[in-house]
Amino acid sequence: MKLYEYAAKEIFSGAGIPVPRGNIVTSADEAGETAKKMGAVVIKAQVMAGGRGKAGGIAKSSNPEEASRNAQRILGMSIKGLPVRKLLVEEYKKPQIEMYIGITIDRKSRCPIIMASSEGGIDIEETAREKPQKIVRMHVNPLTGIHSYQARTLAYSLDKKNASAIADVITKLYRVFTEYDCTLVEINPLALTTDGIFALDAKMVIDDNALFRQDAKEEETGSLEELAKKRGMSYVGLDGDIGCIVNGAGLAMATLDMIAFYGGHAANFMDVRAGADAEQVKTALGIVSSNRNLKAIIINIFGGITRCDEVARGVVEMIPEIKVPIVIRLTGTNESEGRIMLGKHGITMASSTEEAARKVVELGHTDK
Amino acid sequence: MGILINKDTRLLVQGITGSVGSFQAKQMKDFGTGIVAGVTPGKGGSEVHGIPVFDSVKEAVDEADPNASVIFVPPQFAADAIFEAADSGMELIVCITEGIPVHDMMRVCAYLKPQSRLLGANCPGITAPGESKIGIMPNSIHLPGNIGLVSRSGTLTYEIVDLLSKNGLGQSTSVGIGGDPVTGMSFADILELFEEDPKTHAVVLVGEIGGTAEEDSIEFIRGMSKPVISYIVGVSAPPGKTMGHAGAIVSAGSGSALEKIAALENAGVTVAKSPADIVKRLNYFLR
Repeated sequence: MKLYEYAAKEIFSGAGIPVPRGNIVTSADEAGETAKKMGAVVIKAQVMAGGRGKAGGIAKSSNPEEASRNAQRILGMSIKGLPVRKLLVEEYKKPQIEMYIGITIDRKSRCPIIMASSEGGIDIEETAREKPQKIVRMHVNPLTGIHSYQARTLAYSLDKKNASAIADVITKLYRVFTEYDCTLVEINPLALTTDGIFALDAKMVIDDNALFRQDAKEEETGSLEELAKKRGMSYVGLDGDIGCIVNGAGLAMATLDMIAFYGGHAANFMDVRAGADAEQVKTALGIVSSNRNLKAIIINIFGGITRCDEVARGVVEMIPEIKVPIVIRLTGTNESEGRIMLGKHGITMASSTEEAARKVVELGHTDK
Repeated sequence: MGILINKDTRLLVQGITGSVGSFQAKQMKDFGTGIVAGVTPGKGGSEVHGIPVFDSVKEAVDEADPNASVIFVPPQFAADAIFEAADSGMELIVCITEGIPVHDMMRVCAYLKPQSRLLGANCPGITAPGESKIGIMPNSIHLPGNIGLVSRSGTLTYEIVDLLSKNGLGQSTSVGIGGDPVTGMSFADILELFEEDPKTHAVVLVGEIGGTAEEDSIEFIRGMSKPVISYIVGVSAPPGKTMGHAGAIVSAGSGSALEKIAALENAGVTVAKSPADIVKRLNYFLR
């Protein structure tokens, strides 16, 4: 789960990492009011998208009038399709040097990795590509946490004069990373200003698997992804016209690939997880078929222990609501019962992923 | 003989009294796995399918002498269960649980000593047909033979094992290493065991998007004497989205299926285009 910049900054600040004073607002008037108290401010769009600055979603404002004008403009914007509803109005700090600090998980080494660079700012990805030697990397043993010498070494490589303040930020950021079960924390830029060191931006992603022990609450969006997640399923919308319902993530990806192999385009990824019963199948069909572009639906269940008669019952009960042809592949317990139930309703059967994918692409095309 | 497990494997089931643990214990028993004990704290003294249940792994070790453990406990408690198994000297720990926090798994992996091998978490387990099965793969799909299979997936593994069996291509061992970002044994770890195993003649490696586990195994594959056929899924996956498995995500421009396929092909590793293509290519190598 990704946090908004302001939420991440609240956490960073609570951990003792210096961030500029700021206020979260939803109107131009409020932005003006805040600027009256703070003087020169930066108005920052709060959306879950990178490249906000380049899109015009960040504006420096030297007086309250300018602040409310900028706020008005940014509140009307959409950045990468996301409407701006909240703004962070923050005391302006002029950066003299912009550095980068990020902590993420090195999957290969199975431990946290800290990345730091003396050349932070908006072009960090370019730096990573073109001057990889400018990014210092350091692994941390998850059992001991970060050692002082490690923070010190990283800090020296960024700015020797301010090393102790930077080492302090790195140590505190690592603490946030572990205490909040993060998969990513990032400060870019960590700026040296005339008032000292400040985290001018903040990024934080919390491990979805750890949400049971974290307070963080996801903002409700009403999306199909969210609906599926609540029912213990995993859904990702795509832009094709063949609806997919599969048990298991790997098999679901293989199904999508097979559809593409036969010249079709999947409308979604959906993993209904193990032990799908009639209710689960009905919910899944409801979510997938809410897409109006659908030309056909493929259901691919390799159960082993999944009861095929259960799956078939779910499909049969939903038939009146489904307007497009369905191809179903069922392997598991009570397979023949399931097949008989579905056969009566004229549903196309297949015995492998490839056969099902080929048939659903054919059916989707005939309907065009 | 398979890799990691065989007829002599003495299995402990952690979380045996739960609905999944109990059901799967029965399935494994039916397959012929030697299950010697179960553990559920607070349920010691009871029995599940005739298997004695203990309160702790230590007690189970003292009474029943298991050498491998399979874990079916909920994600909040799963890391603790792995630590307990490791501290009691289990040589092989298979963790089926999905949804364990990645920070827990990093601590587990840093803690484990070489004498305790971990499969998973979030994996279907391991099956050596005719010998033993640890995990949740369906009993009916396996056929004893000479193919080693290693995969990051669950149901896709079943699909491919089933297809191999239906085409007369039996397996020495089928192994799921798990779909999480941080897991125990890697592709290379399993490939090394297949290379050493006299019964295994060819290997199928099933990978997917996310991370670099497939690329990381290339160096080892190049030194292998046995043919390796790989198959990578997720070509249609959009970047930045988690595709079901916590580890299946293309992020920061790395981990895409096409990159993996290109890296494997450039290194001379055979990449199959579909499950049926795996069968075709195996037949070519084994002819």
